[in-house]
Amino acid sequence: MSNFQRGVALLAVDDVSFEIAAGEVLGVVGESGAGKSLTGNAIIGLLEPPGRVASGEIRLEGRRIDTLPYEEMRKVRGAMIGAIFQDPLTSLNPLYSIGRQLVETIQTHLPLSAGQARKRAVDLLKEVGIPGAEQRFDHYPHQFSGGMRQRVVIALALCAGPKLIVADEPTTALDVSIQAQVIALLKRLCREHGTAVMLVTHDMGVIAETADRVAVMYAGRIAEIGPVREVIKQARHPYTRGLMGSIPSLGHRAERLTQIDGAMPRLTEIPKGCAFNPRCGHRGQRCLVERPNLMTAGGSLAACWLHDRQGVGSAVAGELADA
Amino acid sequence: MPDGTRPFVHIEGLKRHFDVSPPWLVRVLERRGRQIVQAVDGIDIDIAKGETFSLVGESGCGKSTVARLVVGLYGPTAGHITFDGNDIGQRRGRTQTSALRRRLQMIFQDPYASLNPRWRVFDIIAEPIRAFGLAVDKADLEKQVGDLLRQVRLTPADGRKYPHEFSGGQRQRISIARALASRPEFLVCDEPTSALDVSVQAQILNLMMDLQRRFGLTYLFISHNLAVVYHISTRVGVMYLGRLVEQAPTDTLFKRPKHPYTRMLLDTIPDLDLTGRQRVPVAGEVPSPINPPSGCSFHPRCPFANERCKRERPQLLPTEGGAVACHAIEEKRLAIEERSYANAR
Repeated sequence: MSNFQRGVALLAVDDVSFEIAAGEVLGVVGESGAGKSLTGNAIIGLLEPPGRVASGEIRLEGRRIDTLPYEEMRKVRGAMIGAIFQDPLTSLNPLYSIGRQLVETIQTHLPLSAGQARKRAVDLLKEVGIPGAEQRFDHYPHQFSGGMRQRVVIALALCAGPKLIVADEPTTALDVSIQAQVIALLKRLCREHGTAVMLVTHDMGVIAETADRVAVMYAGRIAEIGPVREVIKQARHPYTRGLMGSIPSLGHRAERLTQIDGAMPRLTEIPKGCAFNPRCGHRGQRCLVERPNLMTAGGSLAACWLHDRQGVGSAVAGELADA
Repeated sequence: MPDGTRPFVHIEGLKRHFDVSPPWLVRVLERRGRQIVQAVDGIDIDIAKGETFSLVGESGCGKSTVARLVVGLYGPTAGHITFDGNDIGQRRGRTQTSALRRRLQMIFQDPYASLNPRWRVFDIIAEPIRAFGLAVDKADLEKQVGDLLRQVRLTPADGRKYPHEFSGGQRQRISIARALASRPEFLVCDEPTSALDVSVQAQILNLMMDLQRRFGLTYLFISHNLAVVYHISTRVGVMYLGRLVEQAPTDTLFKRPKHPYTRMLLDTIPDLDLTGRQRVPVAGEVPSPINPPSGCSFHPRCPFANERCKRERPQLLPTEGGAVACHAIEEKRLAIEERSYANAR
């Protein structure tokens, strides 16, 4: 996937491959600029120009969707793929009541009469836990609180019974107590409907509670992917380990948090070899020249030469004391 | 707080109300009264020199308003804030105000909004030094700015750049350098890491703790992230709808939380150790501070609420090392349970 900037094509997401099974939640975690949202947008078909999918393919239930013409994709989006974004206020139209928005979406994708669509909309609102769904049907987005709005957005995403939901930071704008409610809801709905979910977030806590598998992205690539327990408990990639260590934990209060020095490289300055090498404590000669692909590492896959039989080569100290 | 010593920062009966009434004509035509948001509604806090006092709570609980009141960005509706014996709200001469202002500084949440994009980093950091006349000449100024940049682990050469050339974490370092420029003793930090990625957050928290040790700084730390608060604080105050519902030393608060709201907040922390503990989704949301519930403002969401809680507002009563405002605790209806956290990582 590439983005153009001043005539130069930048590779923002590079060689990312994964699968999500029906009813499974795949968490995609990474820091800002890692390419996680871009990956999500590519799947929904909402890459903003000049961004484009330069190579690779996206398949939904075996059908290739990245090459579909715009109008076709519009039908797939909504009917087959639901999207939930970070800020519920911007994903709802402030001028229409939520009921009207739901009915419109339902009727666009399903052959239902106005009465049937209304019934389905109210059922959906009940399902996402909006108290007094009948009465609130005609309310406008501004009359709802943040958590309730995000529930409405989830109801909108579920309108046509999609096979896949791409949720991009669905809880980031919400308070902690509301976060737990929304996560529990999302998880329950996916189990019940057998919907596959791609959950994009920077919050490891959300991933730990919701996801079945997790992909950790760094500088446009997947650094590590595996079952959530494996990745969190026994991270195999030095970046994942650093990331886990830097999250303050309630278990013990250390003098200092583990920190990964430096910052993620800009797209224009991605180092040769392994993109993480300047910040890595384990780097060797090989990491400077050869880019690792995902390889088996315990129960997960990690893109790190540490897990290769030939290893990282002779040690080279990390170069970024701090950025 | 040991008796007999004067607290470094003393906040007493602090209130701040905002008038959010519709315009006069609308009020007359629609026969509506004034609407007042009681953003901060009576808060007492003592902060000792060198400690980190954290305020936690959900959005709208008034924690940021407290921060702004403490640095004097808002004037209080009622109550006093004294800083090392000087009343901050009191009007006084220009030199005295300036002398007081030099000693307290603020770090804001959004490092993208709090730095002037048209100024070079050097000028951003030099401004407080110039404003308070802390440099004898140009060479001294340059040396001071260079030192500040080094303290936040940037290089003096970075001073020639503009804020947009830096990442979010680096910008927050610049904000910290600017806050330190006037050699303050007390820093008010309003969600300083919540706009940052976790690995960068760790860098900034470590830096803040290093600086505190080196300069003996006192922090008032505002955050909604309990794990961060646990890590950085000496004492913690929990706010709900403009009031302090509990305050205690950090370890006590996290090991033996008393107020039902504190317990609820602790329950919502994601379990990263995968112990299988389920986050308990709490019903309900924070009510509007325009019409706070009667009695204890938490009673509509509280599983332990009874008639008295609906009627009578609980006062902060002292408990082990801290204080809690809860009838259920006072009447011993609610047992205090010990919490343990997995120590896996």
